[in-house]
Amino acid sequence: MSTPLAGAMAPDSEPDSPKLSGSAVRRGDRVFLGLSRGAGILVLVIMAAIGIFLIWRAIPSFQANTANFFTTSDWFPDSDPVVFGIASLAFGTIMSAVLAMIIAVPVGVGIALFIAHYAHRRLASSLAFIVDLLAAVPSIIFGLWGLQVLMPNMNGLGTWLDQYLGWIPLFNNTLGIYTKSIFIAGVVLAIMILPTISAVSREVFVQVPSAHIEASLALGATRWEMVRMAVFPFGRPGVISASMLGLGRALGETIAVALILSAVFEINWHVTEPGGNTFAANIALKWNEAGSTGLSALIASGLVLFIITLLVNVAARLIIARRRDFSGAN
Amino acid sequence: MSTTTPQQAAVTDPDLHSTLTGGKLPRWAPYAAAAAALLLAWLANAFTSVDGVAGTLIVAALLYLVLQTGWSFAVEGRRHAIDRLATTLVYTTFLVALAPLASVLISVVARGITVFNWEFLTSSMRNVSPRSPGGGALHAMIGTIEQVGIATIIAVPIGIMAAIYLVEYGGGPLAKWVSFFVDVMTGVPSIVAGLFVFTGLVLTFGLGRSGFAAAISLVILMIPVIIRTTEEMLKIVPNDLREASYALGVPKWKTILRIVLPTASAGIITGVMLAVARVSGETAPLLLTTFLSQSINWNPITGPQASLPTFVWDQIGSGTDASINRAWAGAMLLILFVVVLYVAAKLVARRFKIDAR
Repeated sequence: MSTPLAGAMAPDSEPDSPKLSGSAVRRGDRVFLGLSRGAGILVLVIMAAIGIFLIWRAIPSFQANTANFFTTSDWFPDSDPVVFGIASLAFGTIMSAVLAMIIAVPVGVGIALFIAHYAHRRLASSLAFIVDLLAAVPSIIFGLWGLQVLMPNMNGLGTWLDQYLGWIPLFNNTLGIYTKSIFIAGVVLAIMILPTISAVSREVFVQVPSAHIEASLALGATRWEMVRMAVFPFGRPGVISASMLGLGRALGETIAVALILSAVFEINWHVTEPGGNTFAANIALKWNEAGSTGLSALIASGLVLFIITLLVNVAARLIIARRRDFSGAN
Repeated sequence: MSTTTPQQAAVTDPDLHSTLTGGKLPRWAPYAAAAAALLLAWLANAFTSVDGVAGTLIVAALLYLVLQTGWSFAVEGRRHAIDRLATTLVYTTFLVALAPLASVLISVVARGITVFNWEFLTSSMRNVSPRSPGGGALHAMIGTIEQVGIATIIAVPIGIMAAIYLVEYGGGPLAKWVSFFVDVMTGVPSIVAGLFVFTGLVLTFGLGRSGFAAAISLVILMIPVIIRTTEEMLKIVPNDLREASYALGVPKWKTILRIVLPTASAGIITGVMLAVARVSGETAPLLLTTFLSQSINWNPITGPQASLPTFVWDQIGSGTDASINRAWAGAMLLILFVVVLYVAAKLVARRFKIDAR
């Protein structure tokens, strides 16, 4: 039955197909494919160009530098013996980002859990929207708020940390001044990366197969046991990559940090004391006063930032891509 | 009737009831625990060194956790006690996230409203010294609208075409690489986009630091956002529509332009609005690619041009009372702009949802 039918179809459709894809149709398709593929390739070109131009323009400062680029904390790229290095910048960037992660990851995962599995189904999307609104607030406003509203209210917490946790070098404060510190920058960064972490985690938590959830509940698990046994094992790669995306944002954040930190080029482990500096904040603050070597040095530090965030983002995407393959979302 | 009597007796028998359901806290238990915690915290406030509203509330919250968990542990057992503790903590994280959002919005409105008036909206900072009150953000609004407008005009076609490539022509190794790097590009820090435009266009090709250079740096930030959201929308256009069109002999490119894009248009518009909202608050790349200006400049190609974010930055930098007030008013204007776009985008998305999932 099927063989003669297929046989009858094949000779019919075969001579027709060259006519269907006649020259007029073909040209339109080819132009359109070319345009859209070009737009796709442009993305690759831009990413490559960012790396190439930053390396090219950073080279003059590397050649002029008389100090070790990685271990020096000072920043005098425009003085006569050119001396600059990224040690203090790297320290401030990583320390503020790590503080932000310590605060934001548990809270962000909690929010994602709340919206995905605790809140009422009908409320969930509105609640998610409210958290997303946090992401819509521009960083300059977080900077202004951190400087004018948060900072004056952080003395109490700083004093408390010094009094009771002062035996940990991090929270020891020998100056008795608690403003413009890496700690406050970390808190503001934590608020800024919360929506990133909770949105990505939520997406994965929602995808947990309901069979897993119902099976654990049917076995008499409490809701928390269900979360631990069904949601977390499934969502772990999502949470890890969400955290890394948040980390990437925290590392590259400029304006809020530039407004809050007091931009000192030294490594100070007492994070509640004024001081600290980051790659991005330093670029924004020094940009307009830099000479030609100074600009090149700032570009060099921007190159380091670009490479770090690139690595963090690539790692995050690789982790989540592995999950996407068998999630059955599409 | 007589057969039901033993059952009713069984249910009303308190001993049997408790063996069936196990120990369980009464419904009012959380409220009682909360009230007790507040009372104890208030006492602590009155008689010990705990002070301030924040301190009292934190103590009350901790007491609540201890009281409720302990009570539940005694009555319901370990597993339910942990469940209650976890539930409380999960609810708390959400409240913790709301606090800064509320604080930011309230302080922006409360402080911004003081100088947010007609003069602020209709005048520039030309001939206004940082110390004196008055002046406005008209020059910054013009700059932001021009820069974001140019960026949108450039980024939207590129983003949509790239998304079409990924969804309609994808599958090959090139598409996989593009898709991967779109994700990575989303994570490029905004200051690096500014650095790229400065090194690439300003230093190498001699384009002056201008509104146009700023717009290009915003393009870099917009493209991946637009590609991602458009891609998501194109993916949920039902395949039946495409196949029906092919069956009528319509070529692929016309099918995409006439069938696929119109079907997904609401979602694409939403994505574009979200991208615009995100970049209009960007400050860092603008600081590297423009010079600050105090007066109106309609020409984005040459000369310094202000924008709302750099206006706020500049006013904070001046540091006088009058300029800080202007900074808050500028922040309010910026947040109004962004939130209106954001809410509108969500409304568009909700209104024209595709029924595919």
